[in-house]
Amino acid sequence: MVVDAPTPSEAGDFETQDLLINVGPQHPSTHGVFRMVLEIDGEVVKDLVPYIGYLHRGAEKLCENFDFRQGIGYMDRTEYLAAHNAELSYVMAVEALAEIEVPERAQWIRMILCELNRISSHFMFLGAFGVDVGVFGTPFIYAWREREAVIDLFEEISGDRMMYAYFRPGGLAWEVPVNFEERVREVLASSRQGVKDFDGLLTENEIFIARTKNVGVISAEDAIEIGMSGPSLRASGVPLDLRKTEPYMYYDQLEFEPITAEGGDVFDRYLVRLKEISQSIDLIEQCLERLEAGPIMAEKMPRMLRLPEGEAYMRTEAPRGEYGIYMVSKGGNKPHRVKVRSACLSNLQALKQMSVGQYVADAIIILGSIDIVLSEVDR
Amino acid sequence: MKGILKSMMVTASTFARKPVTREYPEGHRELPERDRAFPLLLWDQDIDEPFCTGCHACERACPVECMTVIMKDNPNHTSNDGPSKRRKIIDKFYIDYARCMRCNICVEVCNFEAIAMNNTWQGHETSVYDRSDLVMDLPQLLAQSKAKQIEEWVAE
Repeated sequence: MVVDAPTPSEAGDFETQDLLINVGPQHPSTHGVFRMVLEIDGEVVKDLVPYIGYLHRGAEKLCENFDFRQGIGYMDRTEYLAAHNAELSYVMAVEALAEIEVPERAQWIRMILCELNRISSHFMFLGAFGVDVGVFGTPFIYAWREREAVIDLFEEISGDRMMYAYFRPGGLAWEVPVNFEERVREVLASSRQGVKDFDGLLTENEIFIARTKNVGVISAEDAIEIGMSGPSLRASGVPLDLRKTEPYMYYDQLEFEPITAEGGDVFDRYLVRLKEISQSIDLIEQCLERLEAGPIMAEKMPRMLRLPEGEAYMRTEAPRGEYGIYMVSKGGNKPHRVKVRSACLSNLQALKQMSVGQYVADAIIILGSIDIVLSEVDR
Repeated sequence: MKGILKSMMVTASTFARKPVTREYPEGHRELPERDRAFPLLLWDQDIDEPFCTGCHACERACPVECMTVIMKDNPNHTSNDGPSKRRKIIDKFYIDYARCMRCNICVEVCNFEAIAMNNTWQGHETSVYDRSDLVMDLPQLLAQSKAKQIEEWVAE
């Protein structure tokens, strides 16, 4: 039997169908095991459904079985690109519950390390983001070079490159090396050069601008409603920086202004992070001026810390936004409940809103611009 | 166009810089003193026995439960006309390197300074063909310290 070819008028009546594309969970551009299902019409994203949970390890539940020193190692692993910041929230929650006074020197060193960690984390973002945008190689390797300098310093101080386990409730695990200040200044010099490199490499590059300007825009109102925080929120023009609005440690003694941008697009999120590296370098220099000799551990710390009943929520400004630890204690040497408030999980909620109406290729750089760490999302 | 030229200038300028890469398997970089790989046990060179008395402190403090400790009466104790003051000594000690998360807590809780984090390259390069080969027993844990291949770093 011969079937007649459809006439042009009949062909026009064919149904068009949206195409579903599955990206991830193992995909080079999803920054970990993140899966999203895109519904596309031609090249335009019509809908986006994110799936998380591939990296869930139950860190919160595990912490219930650990005393307050054992839990620190697990906090490292929730936020592996900025482990110092994650540890900080945890030990601060313990200190708030136990009402421990932390010595000044320990606080300053903590601040220096957290800011250094912000530098290394943002360099990681710049490198990975460069790859997402399509400048393969150059920014990635440049970022790695600068990050390596910071990480080498961390290795000299804490002994490990990523999972530091260096902060303790009440202070620090051990004293920093004798040449600490000198080494920090060396690293800062190389980071400053790195910022200059990136500024020249990407900020004014026409191709880069064409790719990122006015892509994935999110307004300040929407960003606040979603609960975004950190550089992703500040790129939309909201000057919310916990270091400034709710100073912890000695951030109130330092001079700085939250860095914001107006557009709320991918380019602004890049720019805010680049400027934050310079800001962190500046902050560390201010910290180094105020660093004095002294004890690094609170006095009369018991061998096994036992907390009174109560609850505490301590939040800090991690590189990706507000990283908070909510800890409930019912007495004893183990927490009753530890809840991690992860900035990435909240920031990720904006992905759909940013991506719908954009091209498929742009959905990838939008995801990159949020700078997610999947281990923090899933915990 | 100006921006692209500027980017090119940045890449061109890196030609003049010193390379930062290291040839890894051929050459090893010097590890910092505090570098920590996996824990190992220390050997008391004076009395020729391990420092560890098998007190279970590290086993209890380990967050990932990677250690197994069994103690015994020390045959070298002074009551047996031996040179050692340790009444008890380690009999069997297993550390599962595959589970260890290198948090340094075992070193901190040890009362006898008998355990230390390995800060040599040997401690980092532990690749094996079978995961069960990563469960280290007492002779393996003591070997490096016995041969004086490890310099201990003690936190103040």
